[in-house]
Amino acid sequence: MELVEAIILSVLAASTPLLIAATGELVTERSGVLNLGVEGMMIVGAACGFGGAWLSGSIIVGALCGILAGAALSLIFALMTLGLAVNQVATGLALTILGIGLSGLIGARFVGERISTAPHLHIPGLSDIPLVGRILFGEDAFVYLSIALIIGVWWFLYRTRAGLVLRACGDNHVSAHALGYPVLRIRLLAVLFGGACAGLAGAYLPLAYTPFFIPGMTAGRGWIALALVVFSSWRPARLVIGAYLFGAVTILQLHAQGAGIGIPSQFMSALPYLATVIVLVLLSRTRTGGSTAPAALGTVFVPDR
Amino acid sequence: MIKPCQRMSDVPPVVSPVRGTPLLQTVGLTKRYGDFVANDSIDLEIWPGQIHALLGENGAGKSTLVKTIYGLIQPSAGELRWQGQAIALSGPAQARDLGIGMVFQHFSLFDNLTVAENVALGLDGKESFKAISARLAQVARDYGLPLDPKREVWQLSVGERQRIEIVRALMQNPKFLILDEPTAVLTPQEADQLFVVLERLKAEGRAILYISHKLEEVKRLCDTATILRGGRKIATCNPKLETAASLARMMVGTEVKEVKPRGERRITVPRLVVNDLNLPPDDPHGVSLQHISLELKGGEILGIAGVAGNGQDELFAALSGERPVKEPGNIIIDGIACGHLSITHRRKLGAAFVPEERLGHGTAPRMRLSENALLTGHAAGDMVRHGFVNAAATLQTVDRATQAFDVRKAKRDPEAASLSGGNLQKFVVGREILRNPAVLVVNQPTWGVDAGAAAIIRQALLDLADQGAALLVTSQDLDELMEIADRIAVMFHGQLSAALPRSEATRERLGLLMGGSSIDGKDPAHAAGA
Repeated sequence: MELVEAIILSVLAASTPLLIAATGELVTERSGVLNLGVEGMMIVGAACGFGGAWLSGSIIVGALCGILAGAALSLIFALMTLGLAVNQVATGLALTILGIGLSGLIGARFVGERISTAPHLHIPGLSDIPLVGRILFGEDAFVYLSIALIIGVWWFLYRTRAGLVLRACGDNHVSAHALGYPVLRIRLLAVLFGGACAGLAGAYLPLAYTPFFIPGMTAGRGWIALALVVFSSWRPARLVIGAYLFGAVTILQLHAQGAGIGIPSQFMSALPYLATVIVLVLLSRTRTGGSTAPAALGTVFVPDR
Repeated sequence: MIKPCQRMSDVPPVVSPVRGTPLLQTVGLTKRYGDFVANDSIDLEIWPGQIHALLGENGAGKSTLVKTIYGLIQPSAGELRWQGQAIALSGPAQARDLGIGMVFQHFSLFDNLTVAENVALGLDGKESFKAISARLAQVARDYGLPLDPKREVWQLSVGERQRIEIVRALMQNPKFLILDEPTAVLTPQEADQLFVVLERLKAEGRAILYISHKLEEVKRLCDTATILRGGRKIATCNPKLETAASLARMMVGTEVKEVKPRGERRITVPRLVVNDLNLPPDDPHGVSLQHISLELKGGEILGIAGVAGNGQDELFAALSGERPVKEPGNIIIDGIACGHLSITHRRKLGAAFVPEERLGHGTAPRMRLSENALLTGHAAGDMVRHGFVNAAATLQTVDRATQAFDVRKAKRDPEAASLSGGNLQKFVVGREILRNPAVLVVNQPTWGVDAGAAAIIRQALLDLADQGAALLVTSQDLDELMEIADRIAVMFHGQLSAALPRSEATRERLGLLMGGSSIDGKDPAHAAGA
C-alpha cells in the first residue's frame, strides 16, 4: 500500500513538467507553429527559476523567472520564424542548442546550492485519508496548476471564439488571413504561451522536484513533451492521459531497475517515443479523413499586403 | 480602337440607381509591387441592383482589384468611395462592416473545422455560436442552399463547399457581394442554381461584382462588364450587346486565335485500351475506380468530363503508372499489356502524361525548366547517355518548347515556379508533345489558363491527333471538350459512362451524367468501350 502510494506520488511529480510543457506546445502547434525548442526553453526556465528562487528565497518569484525566461527565449524563435519567415524546424533545433548553452552560463554560479522545494498542500483530515488523501489533497501547487492549465486550454480552444480563430490559423493560414485575422499576431501569442509554459515546466524541476540545479537537468523531458503533443493527436484530453502514461513509464523504469527486473533501462527510456510512433501509425490507419495534425503546422506564412 | 463603349456613362445601368451616387466607386486605384503595376489607375462604379462582370486574362489585375476593394491589399494610390464617401479600409473586417462580402476563387475554408465554425469565422463575432448555427440554417433554407452545420468541410463536395462560402457571405447581409470565378468548379446544373440565387440577390437591390472566364455566362447574367488588361481598365460595356468573341478580343487585345476546324481525321488502330480497370482508393475517402473500360484509336481525342473528385485523378494515376495495377492486361498501350509497368516503362512505349497540377506534380517548382524537361524525358531520347545528363539536349528541349508554344519567361532556363500559370502550362504540354507521343493522357490541359494560351494548347492537341496519336483529355470545362474531343464520356463516382459522339453530347446530357443521373433511364455505371 505504502509502495503504491509512493509510486503514484512520484508518477504525478514526474508527469507534471511533461504536462505543463506539452500544454504550451499544444497551443503553439494548434496555431500552426512547430517549435522544437521546448527542451532549450525548459532548461533555461530551470536555470532562471532556480536562480530567482535562490536569490529571492521565494518559490513564486522563481516560477515567474522561469516563465519569463521561457517566454523570452520563445520570443527569439517568434522573431525568426514569424518575423523573418525562417524555417521553423531549423530555428527550433537551434533554440534548443542555444538554451542548453545559456542555461549552463546562467546556472553556473548556482550549481551546488540548495533551496527548500515548493510546499505541499495540507488540509487536515482530507490529506490524511489513507491512499487517496495525499494523492488528491497533498500535492504541491504546480500539480494543481498544471491540471487547471490543461482544462483552461481545452475550454479556450473549443469554447471560445479566440480559440476557434487560433485553430483556424493552424488549419489554413491563407484562409484565416483572407478573412482578416492577424495570423502572425495570433501565432506570436501562441508561441509566447508555449515558451512561458516550457519555462514554467523547466522551473518546476529545481523548485519542486529536486532542490538544486544541475546543468542538463531536463534530461530530454522537452523532447518527450514534443512527442506527447503528437501522441495526443493535438487534443487536450488525450494529452493528460499521455502525460501521466509517459510519466509512469519513467518512474516504472526506475522501480524496475531497483527491483532488479531485467529490462534494459534504455528500452524503458525509449518507450515514450516508441508509443508515439505506434500511436501515429494507428491514427493514420484508422483515420476517417481530414488531417489529425493542424494542417498548416510548420509552414511559413508571409502575408501579402 | 475598342469600339462599342469606352466609358461607364455611356451605358446606363439596367436597374437605375436609387441614389445619384454609386454604391462603390474606385477612383484612380493603383497598386504597385516594386516596378510592377498590378492595377493602373482603375475607375470603377458599382450600382445597387447590378451584376457587374470583371473580365480579363490571368494577370490582368482582377484579383488585386477585388482584394483591394475587400481591404486585403492596401492601394498605392487612388481612392475607394463607399456611397460617395472616401474610405480607407484597414482590413476585411472593416469591409464586412460596411456591407462588402466576398466569395473567394480558391475557397477560404478550413478543412478540419465544421460548417458552422467556418461560417462563424467569417462573421464579426458578436453573435453566439448557437445563434449563428440557427441563422445559418435559416439563410440556407431561404436561398435553397442546403447545408449540414455539423459536418467538417473535408467531408463535403466542391459544390457544397462553394455553398458554405456563399451562405457565409450572405449571412453578413452584404450590400455588395464579390464573387471570384464561382462557377469554375460547378456542374452546369449547379451553376444554374447559383444564377437563380444571384438573380434573387440582384432583385433584393444588392450589387454583385462577378469575375468569370466564361463569357457566355457573363452575357447571360451580367448587366455591365468592365474589362481589364495588363492592369489597366480597357472598357466598360454592356455584355448583352457584345459577342463572346468581341469580349475576348478586348481582354486579349488582339484577335483570339480560333481553333482550326478539323479536316477528315484518319482514325487508325486502337492505341490505348483499358479493360475493366478497378482500383481501390489510396486514402479512406478517395474514389475507387470501378470497371473502367475504353478504347482509343490513333487520330482520336476522347474527352472525359465530370465534376472534380469523381475519380479523374485516380484514373490518371492508373493510366500513367503512378499507381500500377496488378493485372497487366487492364491497360494496353499499342498492343502491349502494361498495367503493371512503371511510368518510365510506359513512356518508353510512347506514352506521355500531363497531370492537372502543373506546379508540384507536372514540374518540380524549384528546378529549372531544363531539369524538368529531363524528369519526364530521360526515359526515351538523347537526354541521358551512359548515365550522364546531356545538358545541351535538355536545354534544346526547353528552347524548342519555348518557340513552338510561345512560352514567355524572363531568361532562357528559369525555375519552373517563376513562370506564370499559363506559360508553365504551355511548357508542360509542349514538353510532352515534342516527344511525339503515341498516346497522350492529359488532365485539365487549360485549367486556370487565359484565352490566348488555351487556344494555343488546344490547337496543339488537335494537331497531335491529326498526326495519328491517341489523346485522352480530362477536363471540367465542357466547352473545351466539345471543341476538341471526338467523343465525350463522363466520370461519376469512379465509373465511366459510355462515350457519346460529339454530335450527341449536348451540355444538358453531359450535365445530367455529371450529376449522376442517366440520360435515357439506363444506369450510367454500365460503361461501354468504343
